[in-house]
Amino acid sequence: MFQKEVLFCFFSQAPAYHLILEGILILWIIRLLFSKTYKLHETYKLTEKEKEDLIEEWQPEALVPPVSKDYPTLNYDVVTGPPSHKITINGKDCINFASFNFLGLLDNERVKQKALASLKKYGVGTCGPRGFYGTFDVHLELESRLSKFMKTEEAIIYSYGFATIASAIPAYSKRGDIIFVDEAACFAIQKGLQASRSLIKYFKHNDMEDLERLLKEQELEDLKNPRKARVTRKFIVVEGLYINTADICPLPELVKLKYKYKVRIFLEESMSFGVLGDHGRGVTEHFGVNIDDIDLISANMENALASIGGFCCGRSFVIDHQRLSGQGYCFSASLPPMLAAAAIEALNIMEEDPEETHRLTFKLYFGFVFLYSVHNKLSFGICLKLVGVPVAPALHLELERSSGSRESDMKQLRSVVDYCMERHVALTLARYLEKEERFLPPPSIRVVVTVEQTEEDIQKAVACIREAASALLIS
Amino acid sequence: MTESATSKLLNGDICHRTSNGKKASKNGFVKDHSLFEQPQKYRRPRDKNQNVPHNSSLYKKPFVESFEETPLWVAVLTYMGYGILTIFGYLRDFLRHWNIEKCHVARERDEQKDFVPLYQDFENFYTRNLYMRIRDNWNRPICSVPGAKVDLVERVTRDYNWTFEHTGKVVKDIINMGSYNYLGFAENTGACADAALEVTKMYGAGVGSTRCEMGNLDIHEEMEQLVARFLGVESAMAFGMGFATNSMNIPALMGKGCLILSDELNHTSLVLGARLSGSTIRVFKHNNMQSLEKLLRDAIVHGQPRTHRPWKKILIVVEGIYSMEGSIVRLPEVIALKKRYKAYLYLDEAHSIGALGPNGRGVVDYFGLDSKDVDIMMGTFTKSFGAAGGYIGGKKELIDYLRRHSHSAMYATSMSPPVAQQIITSMKIIMGEDGTTLGADRLRQLSQNTTYFRRSLHEMGFIIYGNEDSPVVPLMLYMPAKIGAFGREMLKRNIGTVVVGFPATPIIESRARFCVSAAHTREMLDTALEAISEVGDLLQLKYSRREQPLPSLGWMSEESLLQD
Repeated sequence: MFQKEVLFCFFSQAPAYHLILEGILILWIIRLLFSKTYKLHETYKLTEKEKEDLIEEWQPEALVPPVSKDYPTLNYDVVTGPPSHKITINGKDCINFASFNFLGLLDNERVKQKALASLKKYGVGTCGPRGFYGTFDVHLELESRLSKFMKTEEAIIYSYGFATIASAIPAYSKRGDIIFVDEAACFAIQKGLQASRSLIKYFKHNDMEDLERLLKEQELEDLKNPRKARVTRKFIVVEGLYINTADICPLPELVKLKYKYKVRIFLEESMSFGVLGDHGRGVTEHFGVNIDDIDLISANMENALASIGGFCCGRSFVIDHQRLSGQGYCFSASLPPMLAAAAIEALNIMEEDPEETHRLTFKLYFGFVFLYSVHNKLSFGICLKLVGVPVAPALHLELERSSGSRESDMKQLRSVVDYCMERHVALTLARYLEKEERFLPPPSIRVVVTVEQTEEDIQKAVACIREAASALLIS
Repeated sequence: MTESATSKLLNGDICHRTSNGKKASKNGFVKDHSLFEQPQKYRRPRDKNQNVPHNSSLYKKPFVESFEETPLWVAVLTYMGYGILTIFGYLRDFLRHWNIEKCHVARERDEQKDFVPLYQDFENFYTRNLYMRIRDNWNRPICSVPGAKVDLVERVTRDYNWTFEHTGKVVKDIINMGSYNYLGFAENTGACADAALEVTKMYGAGVGSTRCEMGNLDIHEEMEQLVARFLGVESAMAFGMGFATNSMNIPALMGKGCLILSDELNHTSLVLGARLSGSTIRVFKHNNMQSLEKLLRDAIVHGQPRTHRPWKKILIVVEGIYSMEGSIVRLPEVIALKKRYKAYLYLDEAHSIGALGPNGRGVVDYFGLDSKDVDIMMGTFTKSFGAAGGYIGGKKELIDYLRRHSHSAMYATSMSPPVAQQIITSMKIIMGEDGTTLGADRLRQLSQNTTYFRRSLHEMGFIIYGNEDSPVVPLMLYMPAKIGAFGREMLKRNIGTVVVGFPATPIIESRARFCVSAAHTREMLDTALEAISEVGDLLQLKYSRREQPLPSLGWMSEESLLQD
C-alpha cells in the first residue's frame, strides 16, 4: 500500500515536463531495444550493378606467363633408341654419362626377357589401383623379394619413383607434427613435407650439431608443454646419398640422436640403393647400421634396378599403414606388371652377383679418381670443381668461381656439355626448378659413373671435360 | 511452355548475356540472389543434383542423370548398422586391451615403446574394427590380363582377415566388372601387345633419367604428338603416373593469390595438387552449377580474403566422369560460366577419355564441344588405353611452360618405353589410323554395353547412380554389412566386382561399382546381371521406388521434351 502511495505522489507532484521527458526516454529505450542491431557490413553491400561492373572489369593474369623461345630446356635433347650405355642424342652417338643406370641393367638381356614374358602373360597396363583388381601376383612377389633383400619385415611398391617418398611422409606426419630435415633434401622429399602440413625444421646439410641444437630446442619446448609433446610425432628425414650434393648422411650419428631424442628416421635411398654396401642394400649396409633402427627406407626402382616405380620398406608396424594411407599407393593405378617383373629380375641379378655392385664400387673409385684429377690438374686459376664423395655414382662438377649470375653460369656449363656431346660424351646439367627449391643447389654438370663404362670410356670423358674446361671456361 | 521453362532455369541465359546485358542481369541474377540468400532447408546434394533444372539450350541431347534419394528406412538402418559395429568395435578394443582377445595388430618395437606413438589410437579404429571384417573384398590378387575375364589367386584366411594365405590354386575365369578396362585394351595379344614387345626388346623397361636431362626418348615425342592430335589441341605432354600428372602440374600453374574452385568429389590427386600449389581452394557442390557460379561471382566481387586484392587467376577444376558417382560433368554449362567469368578450366578426363563420345575423345567429344574451350585437358592412359601414366594437353604456350616448370618433367623419371608404345598403338586404333574399324567397333560396343547394363539394372529395381551414358555404374548397397556380403556373394558366382564404403563415399552411401567394358560380350553381361539380380534378392538390394519406366517426375518429362 505504501508503495502505491509513493507512486501516486510521484506522479501527482512531479512537473508535467518531467513526466513527458521520462516518457520519451522510456520509449527511446524500448526503441533501442527492439531496433535491429547495427550491421557493419551492410554499408559495404554492393548493388547488382556494381557487382556486374566489378565482374566486367576483372582481368585475370594469363594462365602461363609468356616464355622466351631461346630457353634451352624448351627443346629437350632427343634420345633415339635405348638410353643405355651407348646412347644416341640428337642424332649423335655418345657414351652415356648421364642416366642413372648404375648397374647397367637397363638393356640387360635377362631383364628384358623377364619383362617380355610378363608382357605376354599380363599385357601392359593394370587398369586399376591395387585395391580394385590391380594387385598382380608379380606385385606381391616383388614386395616380398624386396623385403627379403633388404632384410626388413615388409615392403610396399609404388608405381612412380617420385611419388614414393612424397606419399610416405604425409602418411605418417600430419598437421602439428614436427619434421627435421636436411637442407639438401631432394625435391620429392620437399613435396612430401609440404603435403604433410607438419612443422618443418631444416638443419644444415650433414651438420649433426645443428640437428642436435634443433632437437634440444624442441626438447625444451616439449618440457614447457608436456601434454602437447605427448602427441607430437617427430621425424628426421634424410637421404642416404644425396642426389644434390653426392655425399652420404652420417647415419650412425643420426641413429644415436634418434634414441637420445626419440625421433623416428625416414631414409630416402634412391641414389644409394644398389650402390652402397657389399650387397647393394644401401647406406645401412654401408655403415653396418641395424636396418630395424631406421623406421622407414624408401627408394626408387628407376636407378639401380632400371625399371619404374619405387618402394618403401621397414617393419610391418610402419609400412602396412601406407596400404590405406599412402595416397600415391591407394589412389593410383598399380605398377605395370612387366615393370615389376623387370625389377624382380634385376634384383635377382644383384643378389646372385654381388660382384656387380663390387665392380661398381671399384668403378666409382676409379671414376672419382679420374674426375678428381680433372679438378686437380685444372685448378690453376679455373674452373671446375668436383663435388661428391668417392663412392657416389652421380657426381657434380661445379664452377670453381661463380660469375655471379646463375644464368651465365648455366650457360658456361651448358657449353661444356655441348662440347663433350660433340665428342661423343653425353653429360647433362643437373636441372632444378629454381623458384621452387627450398635451398637451390649451385649450377652443376652431373656425371654418372656406371658399371658399363670401361676405364677407357672414363679416361676419355675426363680428357674431354678437361679439354672443354680449358677451352671454354678460362677467360 | 518454353518461356516459363527457361525463366525457371537458373541463369538460363548465360550464353546470351553479353548481347543484352541488362535484361540478362535482371533475369539471371535477381533470381540468383533470391535463391542463395534465402535460408535453405538442408537437402542432400544428391537429390538436389537431380532436381536442378539445367540449361537445356546448351545441350545437344538429353542429359539424364539420376541420384535417387535414399529411402528413409534404409538410412536409419544404415546408421544403426554403423552404430552396432562401433559398439562392438569398442567392446573388442576393450577385450584386446586386457588381452582377453588376441590382438593381431602389428606392434611397435620394444626399443621404441617410449616414443610418441606413430598412430593415434582412434586413427585406426575404423580399420581395425570395420575394414578388417570385410578386407577380403579388396586387393584380391590376380594372375592374368585384367581383361573381360580374369584369374584370381585363391586366398584363404584363418584369422578373420588379419592375414591371408595363398592356397596356390587359381580361381579361373571370373567375369571382371572391376577393372577400368573401358575399351578392352588390357590384352596380351594383338597389335598393342606385339608393338610393346618390339619396343621392349629394343629399349628395355626403364629410362633412368628425367625428361629434362637424358630421358626424352623419340618414342615420347611421337606419343605426345599423337596425343595432341587425338585431343584436338595444339600440344600435349605425357607423364609417368596419372596421379602425379595432377599433383605435380597444378602447382606449376597456380600459386599464391590464385583461386582454385574444385568440385567436392574431385579425385585425391586433384585435391593434393591444389593444396601443394599454395592457392586458395574453394569447393562447390558436386556438378552443381549454381554453387559454382555463386563462388565465381563472390570471388571476383570480393577478391582475396582480408586484402580484397583481385585474384590473379581462377581455375575451375572438374572431372569428366566421376568414378564413384558415375556422373558426367555438365561441361557445356561449365564452359559457359568459365567464359562469362574469365576463369580457366582444368578438365580431368581420367575416366572419360576413350570411354565417352562418338570418337572416344572424352566429354568434349560427347557434348560436341570444342576442345579449345578447355584450357587444360588432362587425362590418364591407365584406363581406356590399358597403359599407365597421364597427359596434359592445351595451347602450345601452356605445354611449353610445363616443359620448363612441371615438377614431373624436372624430377621424375620419364615414362617406360613399352608403356608409351601401348599408348601409341591403342590410340591409333581408336582413331582408326591403323586402317581398320576395330576402334570404332570397340567404342560402339562400349556404348551399347553401357546402355544395356544400366537399363537392365534399372529394370531390376536397383538404385543406380549417375548418367545413363557413363560406363561407370554404381549400385547402391547402403548398409555396411551388405558391402562385404555383396562382394563375397558375387565372387561365389564368379563375378569380380568392386565394393566401396566410407571413406571413399559418404558414410551411408556404400555401393558396388561396375565398370562396363567393350570387351564384355552380351553373354557375360547377362551372366553378371543374373548373378546381380540373384544377390540383389538375397540381400534385398532392390531399393528403388521409382515407377518403371523412367523418368516419372513431371518436370523431368517436360524437360526431356524440351531437350529433344
